Amino acid sequence: MMKNPFPRRGGVLALLACLLFAPFMAMAVDDPSEMLPDPAQEQRAEAIGAQLRCLVCQNESIEDSSADLARDLRHVVREHVAKGESNQQIMAWMVSRYGNFIRLRPPLTIGTLLLWIMPLLALCIGIGVAWWTFRRPRAPTPAPLSDEERRRLSDLTETRRE
Amino acid sequence: MSGQPPSPTRRRLLMAAPLVVAGGVGVGFWRMLSGMTKGSFDPHDIHAPALNRPVPDFALPDQAPGSGFSAQDLRALKAPVLVNYFASWCIPCVAEMPVLNALKEKLPIWGIAYKDRPEHALGFVQRAGNPYARIAADRDGLAAIDWGVSGVPETFLIGPGGVIRWHTASPITETMITRTIMPLADSLKS
Repeated sequence: MMKNPFPRRGGVLALLACLLFAPFMAMAVDDPSEMLPDPAQEQRAEAIGAQLRCLVCQNESIEDSSADLARDLRHVVREHVAKGESNQQIMAWMVSRYGNFIRLRPPLTIGTLLLWIMPLLALCIGIGVAWWTFRRPRAPTPAPLSDEERRRLSDLTETRRE
Repeated sequence: MSGQPPSPTRRRLLMAAPLVVAGGVGVGFWRMLSGMTKGSFDPHDIHAPALNRPVPDFALPDQAPGSGFSAQDLRALKAPVLVNYFASWCIPCVAEMPVLNALKEKLPIWGIAYKDRPEHALGFVQRAGNPYARIAADRDGLAAIDWGVSGVPETFLIGPGGVIRWHTASPITETMITRTIMPLADSLKS
């Protein structure tokens, strides 16, 4: 029997798994003292922060960004959570200062209607195109060869064999 | 796909469709890019909901060589002033200083030093020729959040009664002053 070439495969796999999943655990909280002592409150603050756009990096949430402003906003969110405010109240506080732009999930308004219905619209267009394509009549089956054509065909094929 | 080959018109339409889409996208990008160079489009400009609302509650301490101010000071105003968030560590702030210095005779400018060490802010203001009538210090940057500031420089035109009448998140330019700020400030004076 061959000797196992990876005697410590278990350990290697565990290390690989750690390396693979480590990025998912990464949060920009640079400093554990930022976090709230109550884990439930901290979790709520993180959930709210994940919905807020960092206005410096714009495509990152304030929980993911390490910009200065994001850190300040994280701090403010935690202050409000610690005060016992609801998620809606904290969102409204942010929106009144930075507008709907700060929300990573835009609200449904006239201006964002197209954005929200786009998946449905794309599906409808796809179904429409598919229906239009399959509905078109197939080409009629050609009429069977007449005797004359059959003779010509056999002439042609026979000639070639000679 | 089955059946007869598409008619020449339809084939031409099918060929033209991607070109039309690409052309449309191209025109869109071209308009955005030319707007960015001309200054009419700024992807970083956040449309402040603070517009036409009174200034937020705040009270900020002095920043040498000026004196600090609060929301009450701005609400007590009878004439417009420009409130300018700046920092010594901010390059665009340096760039807008000559423009602000040229403006200060026509329109008072009140500065707020954002997250800056007092001695650094002082040095910056002195080197720049101090365009500010008053200067406050927002050391932890928390008043800035109430103003809806997302970075420096950011500038607000405050009308009588402390109402925010205009806002930009880009450095002030000569064009902005002649086209927007001064006409608006003059209309607020009367």
